[in-house]
Amino acid sequence: MSTTFNRKHLLGIRDLSAEEITYLLDTAETFRDVSRREIKKVPALRGRTVINLFFEASTRTRTSFEIAAKRLSADAVNINVSMSSVSKGETLLDTARNLEAMAPDCIVVRHSMAGAPHHLARMCNAPIVNAGDGSHEHPTQALLDGLTIREYKGRIDGLNIAIIGDILHSRVARSNIHLLTKLGATVRVAGPGTLVPAEFAELVEHGLRVEQRIEDAIEGADVVMILRIQRERQNAAFFPSMREYSVHYGLHPSHLERASRDVIVMHPGPINRGIEISSEIADGSRSLILDQVTNGIAVRMAVLYLLARGNHSAHEEASVKPAGPAGPVGNAKRVRKGIRA
Amino acid sequence: MKLLIANGYVIDPSQGLNAGMDLLIEDGRVARVLDRGEPAPKDAEVFDATGLMVAPGFIDLHVHLREPGQEYKETIATGAAAAVAGGWTSICAMPNTDPVNDSPAVTRFILEQGERVGLAKVFPIGALTKGSGGKELSEMGELKDAGIVAVSDDGRSVPTAGMMRRAMEYARGFDLAVVDHCQDHSLSAGGVMHEGRWSLILGLRGIPAAAEEVDANRDCALARLTSARVHLAHVSTRGALEAIRRAKELGLRATCEVAPHHWALTDEAVADYDTNMKLNPPLRSRDHVGALLEGLRDGTIDAIATDHAPHHADEKGLEFDQSPFGITGLETAVGLAFDLVHQGVISLERLVELCATNPARIFSLEERGTLRKNSWGDITILDPDHQWTFDVSKSKSKSRNTPFDGRSFKGAAVATIVAGRVVYLHPDFARITASKHSQFAAGR
Repeated sequence: MSTTFNRKHLLGIRDLSAEEITYLLDTAETFRDVSRREIKKVPALRGRTVINLFFEASTRTRTSFEIAAKRLSADAVNINVSMSSVSKGETLLDTARNLEAMAPDCIVVRHSMAGAPHHLARMCNAPIVNAGDGSHEHPTQALLDGLTIREYKGRIDGLNIAIIGDILHSRVARSNIHLLTKLGATVRVAGPGTLVPAEFAELVEHGLRVEQRIEDAIEGADVVMILRIQRERQNAAFFPSMREYSVHYGLHPSHLERASRDVIVMHPGPINRGIEISSEIADGSRSLILDQVTNGIAVRMAVLYLLARGNHSAHEEASVKPAGPAGPVGNAKRVRKGIRA
Repeated sequence: MKLLIANGYVIDPSQGLNAGMDLLIEDGRVARVLDRGEPAPKDAEVFDATGLMVAPGFIDLHVHLREPGQEYKETIATGAAAAVAGGWTSICAMPNTDPVNDSPAVTRFILEQGERVGLAKVFPIGALTKGSGGKELSEMGELKDAGIVAVSDDGRSVPTAGMMRRAMEYARGFDLAVVDHCQDHSLSAGGVMHEGRWSLILGLRGIPAAAEEVDANRDCALARLTSARVHLAHVSTRGALEAIRRAKELGLRATCEVAPHHWALTDEAVADYDTNMKLNPPLRSRDHVGALLEGLRDGTIDAIATDHAPHHADEKGLEFDQSPFGITGLETAVGLAFDLVHQGVISLERLVELCATNPARIFSLEERGTLRKNSWGDITILDPDHQWTFDVSKSKSKSRNTPFDGRSFKGAAVATIVAGRVVYLHPDFARITASKHSQFAAGR
């Protein structure tokens, strides 16, 4: 690996270079094997403390970070702060200062407000991982999506990727658009006009198109990513009914006939069956929804390892390497070959 | 009590003065303008303004002084001190205090506090509707008798066209300007920054330019219907300026102001989620900033007003979504206005027109904004060449919420005189004067 990842925080994909993203994905690949072993643990972060600070309900992401930390032998502490108790009293700043006083090696934060992790990063000495901030970014989700695409397509460069649904409010869409276009893919987004502003095309310099019809976005796509529709959006009058959404913007098997023959379908979960995605597709052979979850652990192990290790010694560096001769090394090479340098 | 402001360069657009002259103030009022060398009364105290510009006192049509009710953010004393340090001799206080200034008692309180402090002259603006609730008209007649100079529900727009029409018709009877914060709530609700590329990148809820443009067009149409005076506060969009430009062509009594941050910064400044970049109206995109510069140049914009909005550090230290809108502005506005002069956008004369002549006319502040005989002896002394850096730790305001800490400026107000009394003198004034003398000598 020619490059490294020297950042203190992981706040978003937009700030990262293509080389840094590739390095993160390569590192994640080396960790994938740990979860396949009988003893799913390496001592890489032994004695380190990772705090999962979740201001917004999350099962999947929080569990994924927790398992990732534990498989690296870190002590993981989960703090679930309901927004109501925060609004009553302690500010984010005071929460952060208190946690800081407990000397964590990394704070993973999920917050309903965009920019909250940046706020923490300014105030805290500990590295901050953004586990989703409002409608802004969800960098580890994009990394695990990128890892999954690389695993199945062997590359990201040159692929056509459709992202369908509520683009306006989606941090998953934003992080993925940054990651995929930086790595050379062409991204087309589509959904109801109220949730896909035309100005979205200016989000990145190149490689992004806004389509009015989901059929146009899916035409010839190698990857179709479906976003979760938030039921509360309907109350905000972004679209008339779930029924109408499902008919016009839900993904049905007929849509996939327009896509490339070996199209893969992804969804960040949790899925609303029969609304944004039909069950036939969600449970079908093209669906990688569960692979995404598995890769989430590897990506989060990589991120925690790179950020929480601090000033590591050579010995610690060595101890992370998978012990056995079998495992991900060969696999990683196979996948990496597909990536254009 | 006589004060002779000697050897300066007098700029007064109200009477077309733009020349090296002396100015005599007697008993708080302008006595006369003297040609250079014309003998002055021997008993006059002399203020040496060699190499400096002498302008009618600057009038800020839009400040939030927070007193009564939010004295932890600002008081009339600290706000007035910041005003004179920034070159403003008069400040017009928005009514969104606690309680709201919708009663003569609050109006009189603000006036009395202003007098007691004795720095900048404080003019209260009354609420347009009771409690600024947008439902019932305030007692504008009573308020005018108590001393208000305009009516406004600033911070929120007048919610319906029907309400705005009634307010304008009623205010017309008292010759009060109706000041509107143009922003259609149904378009802006929940928004925290300008809607555009940057709001999409940052995942923050946007306030579209159209929210301001819809209301600006509405208000101009109503100005036509009612013949009332309407003043659009802190315009920030191309569309609002187009509406005002058209209204002026039609001869309507429509005016507008612009706040310095709206030409000095763009929405890109929000990129780090710095809450000192959170404003309402929000910092706009380059295209809108271009339109503001055009409006400053071509006369569409009548006034520069700061929208000075102090907030406590604890409030500005919240998440971007939670933090209140607004920044302090009294001490940086003139510096930012000089940027426009040095960039060739406006002349020095136009700067004075924007900060003194026009504001006095818009709120009918009689005997201010001019150096005509018997006008108030309110003077702003400017040094267009003074280079300085804003240090917020030395700010006279009680709050510290500025995006301009550490910014360098060229051009400043170096002395502020209210009713013939020097209420602010730049800490380095002696050094500035000395350097002007040596320049002057070298020039000769």
